Amino acid sequence: MRLTAQQQEIYDGKKGKTYAKIMETLVRYGELFGAEEMAEVTGEYGHLVTSFGLKVIDPVYKLMDELIEAGVVSKQKFTMDPRPLDKNVPSGPLQDLVFYKFMYSEQGRYEKQLEKLGLKGKDGFSCACYFDEQGNRPKKGDILSWAESSAVVYANSVLGARCNRNSGIIELFGSILGCVPKFGLLTDEGRKATWKVEVKTTKLPPAQVLGSAIGMKVMEDVPYVYGLSEYLGTELTPSVCDYLKNFGAATASNGAVGLYHIDKLTPEAAELGESLIADGAKTYVIDDAEIQRVIDSYPIIWKNADAKPKMCFIGCPHLSKNELIGWIDDIYEGVKASGRKTTTIPTVLTAAPGVLKAIQGTREESMAQEIKLTLSYICPLMYCDNPLVHSVPIITNSNKLRTYTSCRFYEDDKILSMITGQGRN
Amino acid sequence: MKEFKGRVVIPGECSATALVSHGGFNTLASYQTSFLTGDKKATCSDQNNPDIYKKPMAGVALCLPQTIGSTTGGMILFTAADYGRQPACMLFANPIDSIGAAGVLLSDIWTDAKMPTIDSLGEEFLSYVQTGMKITIKDGGVVEVED
Repeated sequence: MRLTAQQQEIYDGKKGKTYAKIMETLVRYGELFGAEEMAEVTGEYGHLVTSFGLKVIDPVYKLMDELIEAGVVSKQKFTMDPRPLDKNVPSGPLQDLVFYKFMYSEQGRYEKQLEKLGLKGKDGFSCACYFDEQGNRPKKGDILSWAESSAVVYANSVLGARCNRNSGIIELFGSILGCVPKFGLLTDEGRKATWKVEVKTTKLPPAQVLGSAIGMKVMEDVPYVYGLSEYLGTELTPSVCDYLKNFGAATASNGAVGLYHIDKLTPEAAELGESLIADGAKTYVIDDAEIQRVIDSYPIIWKNADAKPKMCFIGCPHLSKNELIGWIDDIYEGVKASGRKTTTIPTVLTAAPGVLKAIQGTREESMAQEIKLTLSYICPLMYCDNPLVHSVPIITNSNKLRTYTSCRFYEDDKILSMITGQGRN
Repeated sequence: MKEFKGRVVIPGECSATALVSHGGFNTLASYQTSFLTGDKKATCSDQNNPDIYKKPMAGVALCLPQTIGSTTGGMILFTAADYGRQPACMLFANPIDSIGAAGVLLSDIWTDAKMPTIDSLGEEFLSYVQTGMKITIKDGGVVEVED
């Protein structure tokens, strides 16, 4: 790889051993993918995926200490994925003991390390850092050093920024050095679609199931999707962006998609159309039967498949302000229509700290309080991912949460019906 | 016995028993429970991967097409390596993916663990190799598979 004089000096150890190891990591990483040079990071902020002070990832804290002791500071501030803990979320005394004293006992230590390295702010914890309320929204063409699969696929696909599917730690290294190896989704060639996906369903497919189907089929390739603009239109309205956020998260977690193009809708597809499709692209047709096949393929890993759900999580990835308001309205209406005072099971709506602040003092916040809905900035995956919670039958509308935990997936309408006793109108 | 040739990602020699994932290897989903329980065998917890679900991953020759899933994957593999619970080697049928690459490089540069890694072994490698077979990595990206 060709390095600039400054990059070469770092590689050669003139800024110290630790900086040299960081540069070596990025150089070797890039060389594996044929990168010939580094690209300057032009996005204003980074975004880090490892937000949790899990006791068992002690090697990460040791590495952070090594960076701090060597005087390493990130060239750009960065946001983080959601925090793993929130006392508002229902939990028993045993869970509290395990969460706070054992599992996430390093959260305070880790956040102090992050502050020293360049954390953007105490509220900068959300997987949806690109929401206006969170203030880390890149521009089209920006080069990013981000991780968090759902954020990377959104930034690439919906915002038109350029970012590879970086791993945790690698993304921090890119922010520290202000450069990333130029390959893959940073290049025009790497952004070409190698799959044509034809959506031929009779109605708009559930975002998280469609994304799951495509992710499992194309793995890390780039799909160009036809047939969605008939349902979604050709403008990136807030509700369309919400659909694409949920769709993308499923493509990234059920597969490894870092970029998708939606015909006539996403920025590059609207601008460049079918010229984005590589020669020899494969085809995948999705009809109603395929959607059902995918849903039926999800394993149910509850000990008792017929168990009565005890909890519900909605909002993985974090809900946008529009989604949060929509869910509160629908749940409130359903609860009232069923003659109940609260939801049938404890229900947690998770959203970015900035989004939660944005609805403070509103009618929706009062409605949520009245029916005892929990609104939280927590990462539901972190909450659900431990042996104590594995045995609890939890339901979710998130295909990402289903993938990583024992939570059982249901589509939005079914979830609404289950938690209120009423269906969505 | 059959030999396959791939690209050396992390050099080194190794001999171990194969654990074969025909689908993408979801690093977070595979390791998360063993981390929480302190399971030194690193028993796989990925419910969506029947090939390797509930099988130990530490010390095996992990044969996979590529990694998939969360971008914490590289950090997870680095953590496993620092604890000495990594596979003995990783053998990718496809060209290595960015998360898998991060994991093996972070392990190589930032820990003392040795985890030779070969990629681009081809689809035939993954069709041929079966869990339980003996794997030997030789010089130059040559992988020997014994029945």
